Amino acid sequence: MARITLDNLAHSYSPNPKKEADYALKELNHVWNDGEAYALLGASGCGKSTLLNIISGLLQPSQGRILFGDSDVTFAPTTDRNIAQVFQFPVVYDTMTVRQNLAFPLRNRGERPAYIASRVQAIAAMIGMEAQLDRKAQGLTADAKQKISLGRGMVREDVNALLFDEPLTVIDPHMKWELRTQLKSLHREFGHTMIYVTHDQTEALTFADKVVVMHEGRVVQMGTPEELFERPEHTFVGYFIGSPGMNIIPARVEGNQAYINGSQLSLAEAYTGLSGNVAIGVRPDYARLSETDGLPVNIRRVEDVGRHKIIRADFFGTDISIIAREDETISPDMNRVTFDPAHINVYHDDWRVQGEAA
Amino acid sequence: MEKTVNQKAWFLVLPVLVLVAFSAVIPLMTVVNYSVQDTFGNNEFYWAGLEWFSEMLDSERMWNALSRQLVFSAIILAIEVPLGIFVALNMPKKGFWASLCLVLMALPLLVPWNVVGTIWQIFGRVDIGLLGYTLDKIGIPYNYTQDFFAAWATVIIMDVWHWTSLVALLAYAGLQSIPDAYYQAAKIDQASRLAVFRFIELPKMQGVLMIAILLRFMDSFMIYTEPFVVTGGGPGNSTTFLSIDLVKMALGQFDLGPAAAFSIMYFLVILLISWVFYTVMTNLEKREGA
Repeated sequence: MARITLDNLAHSYSPNPKKEADYALKELNHVWNDGEAYALLGASGCGKSTLLNIISGLLQPSQGRILFGDSDVTFAPTTDRNIAQVFQFPVVYDTMTVRQNLAFPLRNRGERPAYIASRVQAIAAMIGMEAQLDRKAQGLTADAKQKISLGRGMVREDVNALLFDEPLTVIDPHMKWELRTQLKSLHREFGHTMIYVTHDQTEALTFADKVVVMHEGRVVQMGTPEELFERPEHTFVGYFIGSPGMNIIPARVEGNQAYINGSQLSLAEAYTGLSGNVAIGVRPDYARLSETDGLPVNIRRVEDVGRHKIIRADFFGTDISIIAREDETISPDMNRVTFDPAHINVYHDDWRVQGEAA
Repeated sequence: MEKTVNQKAWFLVLPVLVLVAFSAVIPLMTVVNYSVQDTFGNNEFYWAGLEWFSEMLDSERMWNALSRQLVFSAIILAIEVPLGIFVALNMPKKGFWASLCLVLMALPLLVPWNVVGTIWQIFGRVDIGLLGYTLDKIGIPYNYTQDFFAAWATVIIMDVWHWTSLVALLAYAGLQSIPDAYYQAAKIDQASRLAVFRFIELPKMQGVLMIAILLRFMDSFMIYTEPFVVTGGGPGNSTTFLSIDLVKMALGQFDLGPAAAFSIMYFLVILLISWVFYTVMTNLEKREGA
């Protein structure tokens, strides 16, 4: 097990990258602490699989270094890195039985037969396939095959890191929960460094200690689920996480006041010297409809999703969402909205600006 | 409501029936007809029963041709299948060189049979052929018109030259269909190159290899043109395979009865062996799936 350091790392799939846009993965410096569970979250094509393949050594970066502990493994082949990886689609060895599949990584490393047998048994119990151990892997269902792939990834105890590339895409929803819970308990038990790539925020937020959000080849924020929710460092994090996403409203900010189309809004902190592309961000959870207070808003429709209501509205030409409690009545006279000042973030060119206490 | 019955649809099938009758059924039945009759000229035929069949079964000449044929097919399968797989494994996976390799590999398949025969016939000649002349000059005795071994070697190498591409292209198609994740997973599992071949590539190629073996077997079992052009079945009868013998009998000697009986048995043997191949291989697949 080891700490993984990415130093000045960048990757481009074209041989002669010139512009920044040529890079699938823009320059990044990053440390993955030993024994933590990370989720790598982002939309499709944001470079998260590229990053994972660089860490596992299936891909060599165009620039920069990767360190495992203190040793440089940038150009080390996959086999020397001692990592395990599970892919999006099941990879099983068709002609082998389930047992042989699970034992394969251990056998290739010349482990003792008794040890192999006990590990295989333990893993089979974990993925719930003890009864099918002596079946041929060919002809099993896709989710059974993916469980075998997961099992093969977890069968070695001494790996430096466990990498998962959207491993639960093909699994049934109820099985997803079960496997994810098992992955978490496995993490608590053995303390492997785990990196879990996904585009599903629920999966990321429930699995990981720390979530790394990627956008257009860049890591835009790394933090606990709470940090991502309360203080998104980038507007992308704001609307990618949360359902519905954060309201981003163009505004002019001076001191502790924000001006939206001439209307004034108080902020909790003061900001100086902001000009150009400035916006405020408020989670729908911290917006409230009112009959008397706040700024005028135009309600378009109300969606009742069961545990709460989502109000879609037009706010000075910007579409915003507001979350109201299930038992709240929305009357036609509620045409004003207030925002909780403590939960308003200010963004300049899409990046969050830290204010000073006013 | 009653279901309407309309038998007129049968007329729509008629063209196919006529076509199949003229192209397959009638010619085959003509052969069957010859095989049970004898003639002494003047277009007068006499019933001969199964006499020709029993004569052919007792004929040493046919058994010799059959065993030569089996040895030939066995040798070329044993060379072309592993060689084809080896070539496919070493072909580039994408880019310009992959396209170039594919075109080069496909070339021998586009050359007509008798041209292949002519190419090798000249190539192997000791007086003007590049191969024959060179071998002769460096002191290796080589003369496919007189030497039994040289004749067989020429015919086999010619077939390998002509048809290994087919096996290679089929195997290559099988290899291309393997997703990258399999190779990546194998790397992470620290599988050796041999294990990758044994547990990933070979199982994924199984289907196309079955087709390749079946095609190569049937084709090689019916081979006629190329050895006929190169050796004419000689020296002696050493490269007289079934088809060559059959043509000699039917057209050379005009023994229509025995030749017809021979044809029918030849046909049945190919059918039988292909069926055995197919059944064994599909069963193999099923058992693995169970």
